[in-house]
Amino acid sequence: MQLALRGITKRFGSLVANDRISLTVEPGEIHCLLGENGAGKSTLMNVLYGLYQADEGEIALDGEVQHFSGPGDAIAAGIGMVHQHFMLVPVFTVAENVMLGNEATGLGGVLDLDAARARVREISQRFGFNVDPDAVVEDLPVGVQQRVEIIKALSRDARVLVFDEPTAVLTPQETDDLMGTMRQLKEAGTAIVFITHKLREVREVADRITVIRLGRVVGEADPGASNAELASLMVGRPVELTVHKEPPVLGEGALVVSGLTVADATGLVHVDDVSFSIRGGEVLAVAGVQGNGQTELTEALLGLQDHVLGSITLDGQELVGRTVRQILDAGVGFVPEDRQVDGLVGTFTIAENLMLDRSFGPPFVRAGSLQLGRLEAFAQEKLTEYDVRAPGISTHAGNLSGGNQQKVVVARELSKDLRFLVAAQPTRGVDVGSIEFIHKQIVATRDTGIPVLVVSTELDEVVALADRIMVLYRGRIVGIVPADTPREVLGLMMTGERPEGVVA
Amino acid sequence: MTSPEQDESQNPSSESGEELPGSPESGSTAASRPGAAPQGSPPPEADEPLPPVNGHWHNLFRTITTGNALIAFLAVLLAVAVGSLLILFTDETVRDSSAYFFSRPGDFLSAAWNAISGAYSALFRGSIYNTRATDFETGIRPLTETLKFSGPLIAAGLGVGLAFRAGLFNIGGRGQMLLAGAAAGWVAIDVDLPAPLLLPLAIIAGMVAGALWAGLAGLLKARTGAHEVIVTIMLNYVGYFLVFYALSQQSLLQAPGTVNPKSLPIPKDAQMPRLLGDTYRLHLGFLLALVAVAVVWWILNRSALGYRFRAVGANPHAARTAGIDVGRTYIYAMLIAGALVGLAGTNQVLGTVTSGVAGDLDAGIGFDAITVALLGRSHPLGILGAGLLFGAFKSGGFAMQASEGIPVDIVLVIQSLIVLFIAAPPLIRALFRLPTKEAK
Repeated sequence: MQLALRGITKRFGSLVANDRISLTVEPGEIHCLLGENGAGKSTLMNVLYGLYQADEGEIALDGEVQHFSGPGDAIAAGIGMVHQHFMLVPVFTVAENVMLGNEATGLGGVLDLDAARARVREISQRFGFNVDPDAVVEDLPVGVQQRVEIIKALSRDARVLVFDEPTAVLTPQETDDLMGTMRQLKEAGTAIVFITHKLREVREVADRITVIRLGRVVGEADPGASNAELASLMVGRPVELTVHKEPPVLGEGALVVSGLTVADATGLVHVDDVSFSIRGGEVLAVAGVQGNGQTELTEALLGLQDHVLGSITLDGQELVGRTVRQILDAGVGFVPEDRQVDGLVGTFTIAENLMLDRSFGPPFVRAGSLQLGRLEAFAQEKLTEYDVRAPGISTHAGNLSGGNQQKVVVARELSKDLRFLVAAQPTRGVDVGSIEFIHKQIVATRDTGIPVLVVSTELDEVVALADRIMVLYRGRIVGIVPADTPREVLGLMMTGERPEGVVA
Repeated sequence: MTSPEQDESQNPSSESGEELPGSPESGSTAASRPGAAPQGSPPPEADEPLPPVNGHWHNLFRTITTGNALIAFLAVLLAVAVGSLLILFTDETVRDSSAYFFSRPGDFLSAAWNAISGAYSALFRGSIYNTRATDFETGIRPLTETLKFSGPLIAAGLGVGLAFRAGLFNIGGRGQMLLAGAAAGWVAIDVDLPAPLLLPLAIIAGMVAGALWAGLAGLLKARTGAHEVIVTIMLNYVGYFLVFYALSQQSLLQAPGTVNPKSLPIPKDAQMPRLLGDTYRLHLGFLLALVAVAVVWWILNRSALGYRFRAVGANPHAARTAGIDVGRTYIYAMLIAGALVGLAGTNQVLGTVTSGVAGDLDAGIGFDAITVALLGRSHPLGILGAGLLFGAFKSGGFAMQASEGIPVDIVLVIQSLIVLFIAAPPLIRALFRLPTKEAK
């Protein structure tokens, strides 16, 4: 089925989220929608799926203009969507999830589960999915849950499938599997819309690429285009994708973690007997799929975790058992993985956010009183130095874009007397331009001779920044390997397998 | 299925969610665009709060306690309008004339006009200036009464508002006032000190008692996680019965030789001096409340402690990550809040009702303070304004009853409606067709 979007415009107040976007997806084609966060991709797809009504423009399937007043209409017309955050009921079985919203019933409203099971088996076999219809969804790995979403869409005879940032939650292996599935679907004649901001994936599967920036189509690109070309189209200016860094000059200071175990209040162990060390002037990057103990590890380093065993020493000073404030005062900089929750006070101004961890003494507090003049000068200086795009220092942090919010956090953490930096997911939800900037800052920090720990679920980022890579799986270290370890090996390690020759 | 907005709120950092309207990301694309349009133009949804940090309730709490001034104003307006309807229902002439509305609508309309205008002009005469007075000195008396009533409302409102800013709901105003009043009364009656020292000491004793009583709730929250709403409500009862007990023991506060639960009157030396001579009952308490406004303004806007209160109130997670001891901040906030409510208690005992400590010395101010703080949006100057308004209601309500026969409860209904409307900003938005923040 051919999908055509013609001149779709969607406004929210004065903000034009989609500005006359036109796009055609042929059957048997993978059409990539490439754009940064906030470019308007998801809005466009929500219009397509009937969640929003377009202010102007029309949607046509096989040349017939459609009017969707809700997702139900879109599904009935043959549009399926695989959301980034799965729309599955965790405690239901695969078959129950697949029939949800479209329940086949027998006499007296009895659910016909057998029919649903048969449907799951049939689709599963056709694409080699190997999904058990009676498995409970919450017990399945993330990659398989995504297949359930795909099966669900296909069971409604979807001829147009939309994948909205489908790889954000997947391991590299699972991503490869998904690419395979997408190619199979394409062979079967399905029209596929693939939304992403990851260039590597685009180049791998796309037949056609449409780049969206600030709500407008800025151009089509050939799948053969280089990463740099795609990135500059996406950002609107030339972007440097590789991080230039010299070989590390190992310094004196060091962070030594030994036998670190972190449990939560229920006694569940998240970090299990982890030992490693980082020398001054080197970046140790932690790789792993989300939820394998990275969060707990970084929080333990900052003293935010309550049930910690083992030892963490920074330049010989023990950090375990100290308060967060003492650890910060010892020179630890911390870029939290969720800036909106842990990094910023959204209703505070940029200036106020810049002194969040320094409300106890000089330079911003004297005799219990805020030194507003000094804070203002400092904020003004950082605004320029860190290229924070905002109307001024009294703009509320909550109104900034993700990239600018993160720059504020980074500016705060780097502008003190640092002896160790922890950066968790430093560029999550950050635009390409800001990623470039933040990466440079992290490398520059390393070059001042302090140890740096970077945690990222994006393999590209890990590889770009690391001097050494530590892979975590279920709270344990799978191995610490050199930065030039092949992706495939890292991907394997992220699933908990230890390749030969790698020592934990 | 969940709506996209809900989905977004559950995943504050979700990547796909960032394109949704109403999220800070999308709102400021223009501002972050290189070489974008004028820098001065603020992004749409400029005051949209962050996606919830603590979930839905935290956000709701912040919206209600620190909402915008327009909403507060419209809430008062709407409450007064609904109050007018109630006046119509309670007025007999209006009721009678409505029976033959269709034959002579003029009767009904003029009766309605008389009832409402009579009521509100009585309110004015009772709270600002008595236009029926023969000389200025009598005429201005209602204004001094308004100021007298607003003193404790402002002080206690500051106590509740300051706690709001730190993310705490202090419903313990009643208990804090009672304890403060009893402590101040005890010092004033039983401590033998020269006059110039007695009054300050009594005031300080009251503030300390209020601080400790509220601080207890803060301590329990910080150490055990006990919710301050439950604890402060319960401490109201404990405080009441504690004071009642003290008032019925000869060895403690009870007036010698009596059986009533009441203390001796406050000695003249320990009373708050009247500001404008003996004609008017306006006393020092109002000035102290004004000082408290200034002090709280400084604490919240200029002190490091207040900065931490606000940080913890707006986002305890970020505050904790930045090394701020959230529990300790809660304790400090409750101590200061209690001292302010305690000031209201001393205001009552040493200034307004000097006939002695009694179990009803709080006169409902502990709860009215919540309304005052809400209406004042937890800002010291807003609370000053709200306190004056409520003082006027109090003073004028009596005049309304006396001269127009309108039950004083109408004023209470208006006050309650104000709270209701403030707590329901979406309702106000819908009624006045204000743009919604969701930009739907």
